[in-house]
Amino acid sequence: MKGNIQLAENKNSPKTESINQINITAKKRLPNGGQYKTGILFASPWIIGLLVFYAIPLFSSIYFSFTTYSILQPGEFIGLQNYKDLLKDQLFWKSVYNTVYFAVFYVPLGIIFGVALAMMLNMKVKGMAVYRTIFFLPTLVPHVALAVLWMWLLNPGFGLVNGILSTIGIEGPSWLGSETWSKPSLILMSLWGIGQAVVIYLAGLGDIPEDYYDAANVDGANWFQKTFHITLPLLTPVIFFNLVMGIIGAFQQFTLPYTLTQGKGTPANSLTFYVMYLYDNGFKFFKMGYASAMAWVLFVIVMALTAFVFLTSKRWVHYQGK
Amino acid sequence: MDAARKKKVSVFSAHIVLIIASFFFMIPFIWMVSTSLKPLTQVFTFPPEWIPKPVKWSNYIDAMNYIPFFTYLKNTIIITVLSTVGAVLSCPIVAYSFAKLKWPGRNILFIITIGVMMIPGQVTMIPLFLLFEKLGMVGTPYPLILPAFFGIPFYIFLLRQFFMGLPDSLREAAKIDGASEFRIYWQIMLPLAKPAVLAVGLFQFMASWTDFIGPLLYLTDSVQYTLSLGLQQFQSQKGSEWGLMMAVSTMMTIPVVILFFFLQKTFIKGITFSGIK
Repeated sequence: MKGNIQLAENKNSPKTESINQINITAKKRLPNGGQYKTGILFASPWIIGLLVFYAIPLFSSIYFSFTTYSILQPGEFIGLQNYKDLLKDQLFWKSVYNTVYFAVFYVPLGIIFGVALAMMLNMKVKGMAVYRTIFFLPTLVPHVALAVLWMWLLNPGFGLVNGILSTIGIEGPSWLGSETWSKPSLILMSLWGIGQAVVIYLAGLGDIPEDYYDAANVDGANWFQKTFHITLPLLTPVIFFNLVMGIIGAFQQFTLPYTLTQGKGTPANSLTFYVMYLYDNGFKFFKMGYASAMAWVLFVIVMALTAFVFLTSKRWVHYQGK
Repeated sequence: MDAARKKKVSVFSAHIVLIIASFFFMIPFIWMVSTSLKPLTQVFTFPPEWIPKPVKWSNYIDAMNYIPFFTYLKNTIIITVLSTVGAVLSCPIVAYSFAKLKWPGRNILFIITIGVMMIPGQVTMIPLFLLFEKLGMVGTPYPLILPAFFGIPFYIFLLRQFFMGLPDSLREAAKIDGASEFRIYWQIMLPLAKPAVLAVGLFQFMASWTDFIGPLLYLTDSVQYTLSLGLQQFQSQKGSEWGLMMAVSTMMTIPVVILFFFLQKTFIKGITFSGIK
């Protein structure tokens, strides 16, 4: 439409004005005007939810981060003192290091394994329903049971993993008992629970029209070409989603290391993750103000990372609807 | 001939790979079920005994008597079903609005939505608790149900990604036929997004079913407790009853496994995004 008008103007024909007018009246009548109201109406449950369950608690916690608030005492306003103390806190930096270490390995590995598993589970062979359910099983087992299982599997003396390693002549490390191996152990355990991401990838794979593959087959494309030129590009919106969620999840790692180490982050604080230290400050030492400051630092870090991912997404995420 | 043979080989090797990988993913489940049938003395024996001798079925009956199992089960079902209904009603319509309708402030609100996902739950926990206390809802299951009816950012983001993949031409065609925005959403777009909506329903069901911190904070009377709080009781009273605890874990896990087994078929039918074809 716009192109046509431009052309008409260039020609300076007498019709220009009337065309413009038609265009304007058409714009007014087009659904766009009504969409404002419907759009906000449709989004209204979340607008209310966002205010009540997120915004108000969040702003209260900003305020707390400038105070010595604890559950026991109302606390007093101390300005930026909590943030200044954080910078000097050794354990804070240790928890940042641990969390970044975990995220750097877990997020890319999670995407590679998740996509590979989903592609395997998307093959057309008999009994796929059973396989899919099996791969989802670890995410269904309650966390308390999982933690106990892992402590037993990775026990350095008589655990199953080192037992298998010793039969092929390798002396296994002490896994969760070793400062070097505790984080890799945790990454391994977390990769076991990628069932939820796999389901999301599967839904995305099902969304790719069969026609593209038919056309590629006609052109004689091999598996490699089909994967890298059809499947992966069309899966990018889902990969994007899981990347963002993976970053957020990695920085909020809590339940598994907490139950594994009974909240202690042993050995030598090598499993003290950011949110674990935050939780300790808030609910063990009752330093809610200090914990709130930590929460805000975390929020800013993750927000910056996500903003970066969003900025790059225009280059590599392809939406079919557009 | 050759092509058929090639296909047979690839199907066979696919099964081999899947079976080997399945083995690793089944270990925790098998271990849980096996422990649930063991007497306490057999739980930590080395080398591990995978098949309990003798099989102690009575663990299940003992577990149901150890805690008020059926009361906890009823509480868990009520909270889980209601919060799942809430999430499935609220999240898709909000996501649709973000993906397909144009309104001022939409993009900013969407970025804020992504932003609030990054807030650790521990940050809002205390202020939220104080809020529910002011509303007189502490000691009731409402704090565990009500928020779901107002949208959950994770699901809104997920569904928005799926709605983005649906072509605009479908909306425009219906619009020309004079359908209202709500009808377009309810009768055209929502059915097309069914696989994603079911996934969201399943995730919320699972999250609510195994939630521990929520019930711990808000359910003050033991008559209202859920099963995940019940699990903890096997550890706190008179040492740890691993066998009984795993019996309840197994009973908690199996319904979700069955639910997943039947729902995953709809993920295969994800191709019902056939509006594209």
